[in-house]
Amino acid sequence: MLRITGGKIYDPANGIDGQVKDLCVDDTGTIVSSVDGGRTIDASGMIIFPGGVDVHTHVAGGAINFARAMTPEDHRRTQAFIRTQSRRSGLGGMAPTTFATGYLYAGMGFTTVNEAAVPVLSARHTHEELADIPIVDKATLTLMANNEIMLDQMEAGEYERAKNVVAWYIWAAKSYGVKAVNPGGVAAWKWGSDAKQLTDPIDGYNSLTPGKIVTMLATICDDLGLPHPMHLHCNNLGAPGNISTTIDTLKHLEGHRAHIAHSQYHAYGGDDWDTMCSATVQLAEYFNTHPNITTDAGAVLFGDTVTITADGPWQHLLYKLTGRKWGNLDVENETGCGIVPYTYRPSNLVNAVQWASGLELMLLIRNPWQVFLSTDHPNGGCFWRYPEIIQLLMCADFRSECIKTLPDRIKSKITLPEIDREYTLYEVATSMSAGPARALGLTRKGNLGIGCDADIVIYEEEDDVARMFSHPRYVIKGGEVVIEDGDIRETPEGREFLVKPSCAPETDEFMRPLFEDCYTMSFENYPVEFERIENPNMQECVNASEK
Amino acid sequence: MTVTLHLKQPPSVPLEAEVLSPNVMAELSNSEIRSLVVYHGKRQVPLEEFFDVEGERSDELILHGELTKVRMIGRAMSSGSITVHGSVGMHLGARMTGGSIEVHGDASDWIGAEMMNGFIHVHGNAGGQIGAAYRGALAGMKNGTIIVDGAAGLEVGMRMRRGTIILGGPAVDFTGLQMKGGTIILLSGAEIRTGAWMNRGTIISLKPLQMMPTFAYASDFNPTFVNVYTKRLKQFGINLPFTASQGAYQRYSGDLSVPGKGEILVWQPA
Repeated sequence: MLRITGGKIYDPANGIDGQVKDLCVDDTGTIVSSVDGGRTIDASGMIIFPGGVDVHTHVAGGAINFARAMTPEDHRRTQAFIRTQSRRSGLGGMAPTTFATGYLYAGMGFTTVNEAAVPVLSARHTHEELADIPIVDKATLTLMANNEIMLDQMEAGEYERAKNVVAWYIWAAKSYGVKAVNPGGVAAWKWGSDAKQLTDPIDGYNSLTPGKIVTMLATICDDLGLPHPMHLHCNNLGAPGNISTTIDTLKHLEGHRAHIAHSQYHAYGGDDWDTMCSATVQLAEYFNTHPNITTDAGAVLFGDTVTITADGPWQHLLYKLTGRKWGNLDVENETGCGIVPYTYRPSNLVNAVQWASGLELMLLIRNPWQVFLSTDHPNGGCFWRYPEIIQLLMCADFRSECIKTLPDRIKSKITLPEIDREYTLYEVATSMSAGPARALGLTRKGNLGIGCDADIVIYEEEDDVARMFSHPRYVIKGGEVVIEDGDIRETPEGREFLVKPSCAPETDEFMRPLFEDCYTMSFENYPVEFERIENPNMQECVNASEK
Repeated sequence: MTVTLHLKQPPSVPLEAEVLSPNVMAELSNSEIRSLVVYHGKRQVPLEEFFDVEGERSDELILHGELTKVRMIGRAMSSGSITVHGSVGMHLGARMTGGSIEVHGDASDWIGAEMMNGFIHVHGNAGGQIGAAYRGALAGMKNGTIIVDGAAGLEVGMRMRRGTIILGGPAVDFTGLQMKGGTIILLSGAEIRTGAWMNRGTIISLKPLQMMPTFAYASDFNPTFVNVYTKRLKQFGINLPFTASQGAYQRYSGDLSVPGKGEILVWQPA
C-alpha cells in the first residue's frame, strides 16, 4: 500500500492539470480513493505523471536482434549494465539488450511499450524476448499488410475469409493488433518492385491495390473490434514528395479508426533529394480536421542509430544511399525486414528536414490526444533520448538555438522557425502517456483515476526539462516503487496484453492446405502456444457498432 | 625516472592489462601502481601479483618479460612512452591517441587497432589486423604511424582511414582490406588479395604483388610524395627508392568492384 501526498498531478485522462492531490494505491497495484497504513511518499513540490506509454517502438524480435548483432561497434562504446543482486547485465546503446531495455524505459518513467512490428514467424522469439524485458507492460502488433494468404483473399474479394484469416493470425501470434507496413509494397518487392501509388495494382496481383488493402484492413480491424485500430506504416516511406501518397492513404481511411505510425517519415514535399522539404503543414491540417486518426511523430534526433523496418524495399534503397551495412531477413510470404545502421547529421539537408518535420508535426497538430511522442525507436533515434524531444517541444528558445546550428539553406524547406508554440506539462503528459494509452485502447493505462493501474512517475520540478524527464525521482509500476533516487529498486515482470478476436472455427482447416503449400515449417508448430506467454493479460474486443 | 616492470611468470590465461599505460602510471606512487587492477581471465588481481614494480610517477614505462599473453598494453594512451623488452600480446596500443611504443620482440594481433595518433615500432614480427577497425566499426586507424620490422599477418590496415603502416617483412592476405585512406608500405611484398575492396588510400610495395583482377594498370610514375616519406623514414633505416634513375612505380587503381579510388604502387627497378 502506498500514499503519495502533496504532488502536483498532471492527469489528462481526468482533466487534472497540476492540481495538488493525494494518490492512494492498494495492495493489488490499483489506484484507490483511500488506504490505511503503508508507505507514504511526500511529493510536495514535485510533479506527478501517469507512467509513460510508447505507442510505437521496436524492442524485441528478429529484426532488433539482428540489429544488435550487426552493430558490435556500438556495444563497445555504450553504457553497460553490470549485474547486481537484483539486476541482470546488459548493454544500452542503439539497440539495447532485453533486460537493459526494461531498465532504460522504466528509468525514464515509461511503464508500457508497444512492440509495433512482429511477423507471426518470429512471434515466438519475440515473446521470449519480451518476457526478458522487466518492469514494463507490453503489447505486440502482427504484421499483416503483405501476408500473401490474406492478400489472396482480398484479391478474390472474399472479405469474410480475409477477416477470419486476420483474426486467426492475431491469435496465432498472441498479439494485440494489426500492423500494416507499406501495404502491398513488400509483397511487390519480392517481384523486384515496390508499391508507391495507392491505386496501381500490385505486382503479382491482377486487381489488388495498396488502397484496397488499406481500406479493407482498417475495416477488418474495426469489425473485429480490436482495442487498437489498424497501425499503419504508409507506402512510400522516406521519399521526397511522399506527402501525396500519405494524404491519399488517409483518404482511403475515411470513416475508419486508424493510427498512422511515424508520420514524420511520410510528410515530405519536393521532387528529389535536393528539393526535398517539409510538408507537415498539409499533413497536420488533415489530422486537425480528422479526429478519427491518431499518429506518432517518429521524430528524428541527430546522432548514430540503426534503422530497422519490415519495409524491405526502403531499406535496400537506404543501403544504396549510404553505402553502409545492410541486413535483410527473409520472412517467407508474410512480410520483409531490413536493417541499416545510420547517422543523422545536422549538416545533411535531408536529415535536417527530417529533424524539423518530426517536431513540426508535434507542434502543428493541435490536439495532443492525436499526436504522440515517438522516435520509432530505434529508427529516428533511441527511445532513451525522448527527454531531448520533450525539451525541444517545451522550450521555443532552445529550439531556435538548435535551428541556428543547421545549414542556412534549410530555412526555405521547413516551417519550424515560424512556430512558437510550447508544450505545457499537461500536453506532454497527454502526448507521452494518456494519448497513446487511449489510442491503444488500454483503459487502465495513462490514467490516474480510481481503478486504474498504479503506474506513476514523480519528477522533481526543475528548469532543465531534459534532465527532469530523464531522471524521475520515483517510478511506480503497478504500485511497486521500481525507481527511487536514480536507482533501480525492484524489477517486477511486466504483463503482456493480448486479444482473441472472434474467428470462424473452420479457419484452421481453411488455412492448413494454403499454409502447407508455401511455408517451411509445419502448421502445428506455427501458432504460439498460449502457455508460452508469461503473465498474459487478455483484453476485450468490442465491435464499434456494439459500443 | 622511469617505471620498470618485470613479469614474474607468464600468466596461464590471458591477462588484460590496459592499466599498463603511461597515462595511468604518471601520477601514481609505487604502491598505488602495485595495487592497480588487472584481469587474469575473469579474476581481478592486483598488478603486483604478476609484476615486480620499480619506480613511480613517470610517463616512461619499461616492461620486461615474456608478455605474449598480456593484452591491451598502452591501450588508449595519449602521451609518454612504453618500451618493451620481450614479446607482447594482442591489442597493443589499440585506440591510442598519442605517445610512443617500442617493442624489442614480437607483437600479436590488433596492434594499433583504431588508433587516433601516436607511434608504434615493433622490431620483431607482428600478427594480423594491424591498425585495423574492430569488427563492425566503420574505420580503423585514423592517424599515427606503425612500423613493423618483421613479417605481419592477415588484414593489415583493414578499413584504416589515415596514417601510415610500414612492414619490413612480408604480409599475409588481405593487406589494406576495405582501406578508406592512409598509406601502407610493404618493403617485402604481401601474399594475395592486397587492397581488396579498398576505397581510397595508397599501398606501396617494393616487391612484385599478385594483383587482383579488379585493379587496373594506370601508368608508370614517380610520385613526389615518396621523397617526402623517405626523408621521414630514413631515421628508421628505411629507404624508399624514388628517383627515375632507380626505376618507377607502376600504378594500379581500384578496387574497381567497390568501386574504389585507391591505388597500389608497385616498384619496378630500372
